[in-house]
Amino acid sequence: MKYYNKLIFELSKQGRTGYSLPQTCSKCAGTDAIPTALRREKQPELPQVSEMDVVRHYTNLSQMNFGVDTGFYPLGSCTMKYNPKINEEIAAMPAFAGIHPLQKDVAGADEIYKGLDQALAAITGMKHFTFKPCAGAHGELTGLMIIREYHLSRGDTRRTRIIVPDSAHGTNPASAAVCGLDVVVVKSNANGLVDVEDLRPLLDDTIAGIMMTNPNTLGLFEKDIREIASLVHASGGLLYYDGANMNPLIGTVRPGDMGFDVMHLNLHKSFSTPHGGGGPGSGPVGVCEKLVPFLGVNVSGFNGNFGVIMRAYAYILMLGRQNVKLCGKLATLGANYIKESLKDVYKLPIESVCKHEFVFDGLINDGAREDKEGACTLDVAKRLLDFGYHAPTIYFPLLFHQAIMIEPTETESKETLDGFIEVMRMIAAEAAQDPDILHGAPHNTPISRPDETTAARNPILKYWDACAC
Amino acid sequence: MAGFQYFPHTEEEIKVMLDRIGVKSLDDLYADVPADFLYKGEYDLPDAMSEQQVRDFFEGLAAKNPKLKVFAGAGAYDHYTPAVIPYITQRSEFLTAYTPYQCEISQGTLRYIFEYQSMICTLTGMDVSNASMYDGPTAAAEAMRMMVAQTRKKNTVLVSNTLLPNVRGVIATYAKYAGITIKEIAQEDGQTSKASLDALIAQGDVAGAIVPSVNRFGIIENLEGMADALHSDKSLLTVYCDPSALAVIKTPAEWGADVAVGDGQPLGIPLCYGGPYVGFMACRRDYMRKLPGRIVGQTTDKEGRRAFVLTLQAREQHIRREKATSNICSNESLMALWVTVYLSLMGPEGMKQVNDLCYQRSHYLYGKLLETGKFQPVFDAPFLKEFVLKPLVSPAELQKKLSDAGFFGALETEDGYVSFCVTEKRSYEEMDALVESIRK
Repeated sequence: MKYYNKLIFELSKQGRTGYSLPQTCSKCAGTDAIPTALRREKQPELPQVSEMDVVRHYTNLSQMNFGVDTGFYPLGSCTMKYNPKINEEIAAMPAFAGIHPLQKDVAGADEIYKGLDQALAAITGMKHFTFKPCAGAHGELTGLMIIREYHLSRGDTRRTRIIVPDSAHGTNPASAAVCGLDVVVVKSNANGLVDVEDLRPLLDDTIAGIMMTNPNTLGLFEKDIREIASLVHASGGLLYYDGANMNPLIGTVRPGDMGFDVMHLNLHKSFSTPHGGGGPGSGPVGVCEKLVPFLGVNVSGFNGNFGVIMRAYAYILMLGRQNVKLCGKLATLGANYIKESLKDVYKLPIESVCKHEFVFDGLINDGAREDKEGACTLDVAKRLLDFGYHAPTIYFPLLFHQAIMIEPTETESKETLDGFIEVMRMIAAEAAQDPDILHGAPHNTPISRPDETTAARNPILKYWDACAC
Repeated sequence: MAGFQYFPHTEEEIKVMLDRIGVKSLDDLYADVPADFLYKGEYDLPDAMSEQQVRDFFEGLAAKNPKLKVFAGAGAYDHYTPAVIPYITQRSEFLTAYTPYQCEISQGTLRYIFEYQSMICTLTGMDVSNASMYDGPTAAAEAMRMMVAQTRKKNTVLVSNTLLPNVRGVIATYAKYAGITIKEIAQEDGQTSKASLDALIAQGDVAGAIVPSVNRFGIIENLEGMADALHSDKSLLTVYCDPSALAVIKTPAEWGADVAVGDGQPLGIPLCYGGPYVGFMACRRDYMRKLPGRIVGQTTDKEGRRAFVLTLQAREQHIRREKATSNICSNESLMALWVTVYLSLMGPEGMKQVNDLCYQRSHYLYGKLLETGKFQPVFDAPFLKEFVLKPLVSPAELQKKLSDAGFFGALETEDGYVSFCVTEKRSYEEMDALVESIRK
């Protein structure tokens, strides 16, 4: 990766052209015929660049980026698995890309929705899915709306509170708030699992339900899920399954069988569609039979992210019923392998078999001494970048101060995991010897650590904020 | 295991890995799961397909889709996609990256988002843009929430009847669960009624209003006086806009708006049956800290080099949890790159020409359709690329004639009109053929 310091605006030259359009009609009126009162005063300050300027600029930008195709990306709770290339070709087929969203009788596209609905139902034990949500958090919001609709349909208007474990993804409480629900936090016990004794007194007729991630964000399977489900159901609440951590269960355990009533899936995590630098994703929501009537909740403009839905369906067809059984197991194998290989140098707060991910609580020996601060989790993460690895998720979950959350996925080979383990051990050794090596990291990336404080204090959020133009 | 190209493990490697973990089988890794939750049946999925089988399967489905030339808009516009765009967005360094949390190895993503924010700002005239939303309708719903959060104790949002039905629909959904009261601003001669707006403001409790700049009839609205009316009530104005049209028409900022939202799809994103598209959201600097979603800012690294980071994160769900401005996490980053590349190629002159082509061609079709004697004009107001007519035959019959001739158009509106949209992609030959199919 090499540093490249242009913005597209800086390549602009008055009169340069990057477009190719049909000629306008010289005798006909154009937009100048629109009344002046309705026209903008000055043209927008868009760049004027040639086609090759554009291609080189964005190629240069891409070379400062790290993707799954670049190297190992053990980002916890993000499921950075390989994105099959055939799926890209399929999603670009003109017979799909050219369909207007309001067209009717689009038999080929409609079969994709139907086929994926059936496949996801088979994998999760849910009855049907809606594909309108555009990402995981959007799915959470949709699922919570469905829960509220269910209670309201029964005249049960008091259920305006939702239980969320303290280990939950930040989107859970945020989605609940957007849905108009008050968040009630249930604590984790010493084993990192939902504390059933803490949960019990929270359940009453104001509780709409509980949002659970299983395995949870520590990568631990919520063993008491049967008891939790029966307690919540007995109190009249519903169970929401956060599908962000579905990957280890694919082919092994179905959320529907555990008693979950509503769930979302992240097609961009569990079903191999590319993350695109932060979307587009797709967050279909599945429900059990009694909630099917509420699936129609209207949360986005058209039919959801069809292009993403196509890719996920292609992936599932290639998995098929033969390969699906190994998907979660191999992901779980990789995570446990890394955990066992590193737990003598990184603090493992909870000793237990994990699922697709696990959490360390920083270094065992961070190298701290009287005159020197030790290496923290941020330092470990930044040092990993020097060796060509993406960092794990850090400082999440909030249960541990120095959390390092590692998720390998089933598409990574043993050699890749061994390479990562070796580097993580080397970093631990460096920290013990001289934590300053880590404090200064990264050393080999296009930029070094940026000044985030100034960025937030004096926000420069567009090109013209920085220059005096 | 043998035979699946996405799983690299050999039998031998699995054994070695299990040994290190200290268990005997893959099943043992699930010993903590109650036995009856382990799925023992056969998954009801098709047999695994090879890559060629999958390709053939989708080609078979593709053949079942009608292939129609699109003369419809209603929130999704068939503009031309320059070849450069998919070439760039398919670069795996962009495509297969996650959210740019590790900025030192994500400067590519962060830079294009910064460029995207800049372009959205120059199109809308606003000070600050976020890194993208899911789509236009959800961006409008977020604007509703933002106006209520900003004005604190007021809880009513006014929504123009001339907004697209799918925008009003999603706003209504979000409002229902957030407990926000929605009141509809009536339309008058196909535009948002200023009198209705004033009357609703007078009823009190108004946090803000959402009105379109180009509306569901294709009309370029005159929003004169609306911002003033709202501001003197200490309420806010959000303008929903078509970003392609903003290259020539008055910007939300020029109308005095506080927030601008819309869908970036008209900036060269394929129709793709409704998605992925990209919502955009921009506002005045005063409201920056209430903006939902990710924002990229410029700073320097330790060596003083220009660098870009995710910033103002104290607004976001991963920090603030239930107190965040929104629950949005993943957005539509790659589609933000898509429109950034589009706008880079087009520049101000290209955008002007696209709009001129749309204007000329849609006015040509408008005239030709009236000449058939099968329609009556409805509104006498300026339009850019989309327009409505009152049909003298049933819309269903019209649509059938069009689709038999290979066209998709004449969408029926809730008022019983039919709408047509003409982009630069539609040729005069196609328009003549469409008119001919109706004449028959």
